[in-house]
Amino acid sequence: MNEQGCFHCGLTIDKNEEINFDEKKFCCNGCKTVYEIFSINDLTCYYDFEKSPGATPQDIQGKYDFLDNEAILSKVLEFQEGNTAIASLNIPHIHCSSCIWILENLNRLQSGISISQVNFPEKRVRITYNSDVVSLKTIVYLLSSIGYEPYISLENYETGKSNIDRTLTYKLGVAFFCFGNIMLLSFPEYFEIKEFWLDNYKPFFRALIFVLSLPSFLYSASGYYVSAYKSIKAKMLNIDIPIALGIIVMFIRSTFDMIMDYGPGFFDSLTGLVFFMLLGKMFQIKTYSFLSFERDFKSYFPIAVTRINQDISEESVPIYDILKGNRLLIRNQELIPVDGILISEKAEIDYSFVTGEEVPITKKSGDKIFAGGKQIGKIIEMEVLHSVSQSYLTQLWSNEIFQKNVDQKHKTITDVISRYFTPILLLIAFAGFGYWIFIDANIAFNVFTAVLIVACPCALALTAPFTFGNILRILGKRKFYLKNALVIEQLAKVDTIVFDKTGTITTNKKANITYEGDLISEENNVLIKNVLRASNHPLSRMLYDFLPETKKIKTDDFQEITGKGIQAIIQNKQIQIGSAEFVRNSVSDTSEIEKTSLHIKIDNVYYGRFVFKNQYREGLQELFLELSKTYQIKVLSGDNDGERENLEAILPKNTELIFNQKPEQKLDFIKKLQEKGQNVMMVGDGLNDAGALAQSNVGISISENVNVFSPACDAILDAGEFSRLDYFLKLSHKSISIIKMSFTLSLLYNVVGLSFAVTGNLLPLVAAIIMPLSTITIVSFVTFMSNYFSNSNLK
Amino acid sequence: MSVIYLLISVSIFVAICFFIAFIVAVKSGQYDDDYTPSVRMLFDDETKITSKNNISPTEEKQV
Repeated sequence: MNEQGCFHCGLTIDKNEEINFDEKKFCCNGCKTVYEIFSINDLTCYYDFEKSPGATPQDIQGKYDFLDNEAILSKVLEFQEGNTAIASLNIPHIHCSSCIWILENLNRLQSGISISQVNFPEKRVRITYNSDVVSLKTIVYLLSSIGYEPYISLENYETGKSNIDRTLTYKLGVAFFCFGNIMLLSFPEYFEIKEFWLDNYKPFFRALIFVLSLPSFLYSASGYYVSAYKSIKAKMLNIDIPIALGIIVMFIRSTFDMIMDYGPGFFDSLTGLVFFMLLGKMFQIKTYSFLSFERDFKSYFPIAVTRINQDISEESVPIYDILKGNRLLIRNQELIPVDGILISEKAEIDYSFVTGEEVPITKKSGDKIFAGGKQIGKIIEMEVLHSVSQSYLTQLWSNEIFQKNVDQKHKTITDVISRYFTPILLLIAFAGFGYWIFIDANIAFNVFTAVLIVACPCALALTAPFTFGNILRILGKRKFYLKNALVIEQLAKVDTIVFDKTGTITTNKKANITYEGDLISEENNVLIKNVLRASNHPLSRMLYDFLPETKKIKTDDFQEITGKGIQAIIQNKQIQIGSAEFVRNSVSDTSEIEKTSLHIKIDNVYYGRFVFKNQYREGLQELFLELSKTYQIKVLSGDNDGERENLEAILPKNTELIFNQKPEQKLDFIKKLQEKGQNVMMVGDGLNDAGALAQSNVGISISENVNVFSPACDAILDAGEFSRLDYFLKLSHKSISIIKMSFTLSLLYNVVGLSFAVTGNLLPLVAAIIMPLSTITIVSFVTFMSNYFSNSNLK
Repeated sequence: MSVIYLLISVSIFVAICFFIAFIVAVKSGQYDDDYTPSVRMLFDDETKITSKNNISPTEEKQV
């Protein structure tokens, strides 16, 4: 147990700021307040489920004023009638059982809330409340005050109630119901003992079996008929054609057999087949409900923004209503929704959503500011230049790549096989028919149908879903989350990899800091570190972490000047840290502008500066070296080429480096590569890569925290696992070989089955044995192989 | 002998009842979130203890 940690949030407590309350230690006032709220309301149970589960509440003054606006409110709410309203809020902080407990006990903190229900995998809480007693705004403030700030974005504004598609579950349920009952009823037939009473009840059993097979045949299997029909229409032979053919022939033949009293038919195999194939489909779908692969700028942008009217009154307006020439008010930590011109004197804008670069950019009055940036520091005012949809960043989404639905970009491996499989199958069926027709017309029909039944590529169709489903889960456990199973196949086809630079191959967490200038004494270093401690600027934080651990000294007269730097008096020494302009009173050299640095001045004596360089992710060099053996690697960057030399030293020689790329240029770059016939994988992170990610064959977005944000993509990779990209690619190749092996195996089964069929010896019992046997061996084979490969060292 | 008709009918009927129960369960969204209820069921008792007896249940660590 960490004795030092804050009782509420678990963060290390700064000795000077420690707050003791109720015999517990807290790191800040916010955490103490949350504890107070809980203890007053008898909710301290919260701390029993999980140690230090909380989060420090953030200051959100004025941030949710837009919830007072009726029009916006009605868009956010899921349901409203009379005084009952239901809101479904996304709360990113939900992470443990304590969270579930406290959120489901909200009614004890706030009257008017009747039910609150948490959906843990989706990190959502659904709150039913009485709108006469309490407003959503109050609830949101309450949630924020206990450290569970909901995330409300423009996305909430447009999506209505989401309809969950449960068809597959129903189909599977029906198929299983039919399969189970038919199996039970056909059991007596398997033994074929000429007992009087079995014979006596045969018609009853068979009629029942027939009736039970109908739902499975008509409803559960309907997806295969539709898909087969579509693929015939598109003149493509996919795997669903032989499946649908097999099912239909099986049904007709069985019905015929039964009516003519030739035998019991293949209803057991038929329903079993449908059930197993639907099971495969179900297994292939693995959704990470807490992730979203379809995000565009709407999930980042706020719903509303504060507009200043002509008469200086402030008003929350939906951002779609913002017009050119409007004046907007942007608070601390708020996102700038449109392009505009800064009116306030100074602004610190963090474009990490867009570029992946975490260090804020300083803008002066009159400068152009672009949508997607986040204001840090004081409230700023700006004048709008373009409306939302015409802004620099959002324009990207008008590109056609985002408009069309591109789900069938390529043929799957199963489709490729079935292109040969279907004609061969039909050939064998007709050959068998042609041979027997001269001997016995009855047998000829039997053989024809038996071939189609036994060759129904159940095992073949199950191979890919089970292999990919399993690989998908294995990758998910290793923090590489794929959108769906198709992505694995596409990964295996990739021959070119394009990386974004900032935020993708570099990390925001650490920077490579070097010092240039006169030597700073040990004593002064201690002072600098202590001054930095009070600052929240990312550069100060990074430098603070970089300097060695020291004792803590109290600072006096601390001042942080936005966009310039910090100054403080400590042990009677005046210390200034910040930009060249601020510290040296000089306009910074244009030649030096490429470098991010902090200058140091102590008692009016200039010492030198700390230079921040991009820190590349761990294992980058090895990864690129390994990848360059099999792939073409390219690096695209939106920045200037100040880092070129550095990168060239690290990366393999044949790596192409391209700088100064705008979002559209990145997209075009990928497009050009594709036109040359290359299969491109794009690895990016910020919104500026969104176009390239969508255009590429496989778009992977790197995320420092998978629960937060990533642009629309095919896969999300946890940043900590970046160096294993190579392993993931190899695993995708292995899964393709597993599928090929398994195809061979299932074709062998087909050969055995066909040999029965062609000779006219296919008994229902044989079919009932071969079918599940092949299914089980195939499923266990692919599961075993994929687990084996994922555990074995692929190097 | 005709009891077989009765037995089979009963068994099918029971099976259909369960099948309907399944459909109802899916429809009401019980299969949409398969994690939270497993945690939630461990809570109830503890809430009652705190509110009624007002003793802090620190020993009862769950999950």
